[in-house]
Amino acid sequence: MTVAIDRATGERRGDRAPRSGLGRRLKQGYQKHWYAYAMIAPVVIVLGVLVLYPLVYGLYLTLTDANSLNTARTIGVNHIDATYKFIGLGNYKEILFGPLAYDRFWSHFLWTAFWTAACVFLHYTIGLGLALMLNQKLRGRTFYRLLLVVPWAVPTFVTVFSWRIMLADSGVINQVLHSLHLPEPQWLEDTFWQRFAAITVNTWCGVPFMMLSLLGGLQSIDPSLYEAAEMDGASTWQRFRHVTLPGLRAVSSTVVLLGVIWTFNQFAIIFLLFGPTGAPDAQILVTWAYYLGFGQQPRDFAQSAAYGVLLLSILTVFTSFYFRWLKRNDQLAV
Amino acid sequence: MSTTTLEKTEATPPAPQPGRHTRGRGERGTLGTTLLHGGLVVASLVALAPVAWLFYLSLGPDKDAYLHPGKILDSLSFSNYSYVLQHTAFFDWFKSTMIVALGTTLVGVFVAATTGYAVSRMRFPGYRQLMWVLLLTQAFPIAVLIVPMYQIFSDLGLIDTYGALILINCTTAVPYSAWLLKGYFDTIPFEIDEAGRVDGLTPFGTFFRLILPLSRPGLAVAAFYNFITAVAEVAFATTFLLDDSKYTFAVGLQTFVSEHDAQWNYMAATAVLIAIPVSVFFYLVQKNLVTGLTAGGTKG
Repeated sequence: MTVAIDRATGERRGDRAPRSGLGRRLKQGYQKHWYAYAMIAPVVIVLGVLVLYPLVYGLYLTLTDANSLNTARTIGVNHIDATYKFIGLGNYKEILFGPLAYDRFWSHFLWTAFWTAACVFLHYTIGLGLALMLNQKLRGRTFYRLLLVVPWAVPTFVTVFSWRIMLADSGVINQVLHSLHLPEPQWLEDTFWQRFAAITVNTWCGVPFMMLSLLGGLQSIDPSLYEAAEMDGASTWQRFRHVTLPGLRAVSSTVVLLGVIWTFNQFAIIFLLFGPTGAPDAQILVTWAYYLGFGQQPRDFAQSAAYGVLLLSILTVFTSFYFRWLKRNDQLAV
Repeated sequence: MSTTTLEKTEATPPAPQPGRHTRGRGERGTLGTTLLHGGLVVASLVALAPVAWLFYLSLGPDKDAYLHPGKILDSLSFSNYSYVLQHTAFFDWFKSTMIVALGTTLVGVFVAATTGYAVSRMRFPGYRQLMWVLLLTQAFPIAVLIVPMYQIFSDLGLIDTYGALILINCTTAVPYSAWLLKGYFDTIPFEIDEAGRVDGLTPFGTFFRLILPLSRPGLAVAAFYNFITAVAEVAFATTFLLDDSKYTFAVGLQTFVSEHDAQWNYMAATAVLIAIPVSVFFYLVQKNLVTGLTAGGTKG
């Protein structure tokens, strides 16, 4: 670690030397900003090359009819040049308003919205419940905490497979249901149960993060506030409502935003739970876009990229409204 | 300000005698305690069950063992593990995973460090935009970048290379790290910077000589986080790695379960072999991770 840092220092000092002339000239008014810009330069360059350029290129692709049959490719020694052409906003028009728009986009959009809302709601309420329980004085608290974090500690791509075995037709969950004489749903075949299973698995995976974040929030609430509330004769519910919840507001606003973003973009769970080709109706927009671009033949690159752009727009709009809403609430609170 | 200190000094005396504290608020009888333990036990079992089940199945005799789990008890063995270690590409996958994850970690943290510091300490024209970009890039759906990236890397002939995967992982690792590190730098007192400046250090000097050595824990958390995320990355690795000896674990594990055949027993054994080190690693850093992830939060 030390070596690496020292090396970094050396490099920094090294490449600063030739720029010092420029630095001296700008020293008067811009000194502070100059340093700031030099410091953010690595990230700006990396993001420019790795994010901005592909993004612009992707935007261009969405305005074409590119697919795996007409893009540039190399087969053996032969190089075939790209033959796709510019079609303007045709892809967006087809996705949003075309004859198959409902089956292909809007049905997935509604399901994605429901999926995000349901998962984040379950993550938050279950996480808060567990955090409140863990925040009590209790024997074995650390032990419980360790166990409850397991779903986050084990990588998702491992646990999803475990759920897949358990939810299989004659898997352990249906065996248990059978022995209880309850109906045995086809978890991984029937659309309703596929969606149910997907939400269950994602809830299971996402609760620990919420729980730990909210537990941290709970522990940072000043105990004297509870004492004061008690003096004033507040009931348990009133203390929860007027001390705990306001105390959690900062943490909550962050984790809910992260939760929405992560759940909306959750690729691994649905992709791995149903396999690359299974469950067309339980695909959320992200996995559906992936299917269009990489799961089918011919690969429809242009439409897949257009879905990507639409997804990003949805998230951007959501995030800016969310921040506006937060800001307004804060002003009201002050 | 003076009132807060006063309140605090008043609040400290009751601390040594927690008896009053519990009686006051947690009016919890035996029933309450039982319910609390009951709830937590159930939740813990739910949290543990899928992982435990996977471990149990990995000891089973064949790929259909999951259909009659009772019989596994009669024939517990580690034969699936020896098969996976000897007859599959497990160690190739291990090597690929390590190359990709360590590469992502190093690039992510080193590129992001100065930026984290700059956005923590300095306000400059474009600050808000940069924070917005850092936040938004974390929110990028994979679908936005995967198609153009695939085209670009095909043109460059970089499909099926570790370098391509590392670069792609960096699209999320770099903004994440900058965000995490900003959160950590925010916790280091500004007085240290001021002291450095008074002693004639430039902002770079302050950062490299004072702040960086103090933020080793923060750097470590960012590194661990990048590492774990890169190990668990599914979509890009599945798309960009073609040769099965180059697969990372996230791709390799999928190969046991195809449409035609599902070798659940080997899958389970491999999954356990992956899960144990990753989760041990996770537990070591977990506490810092949560504070790191939420600290950068809404302050932007």
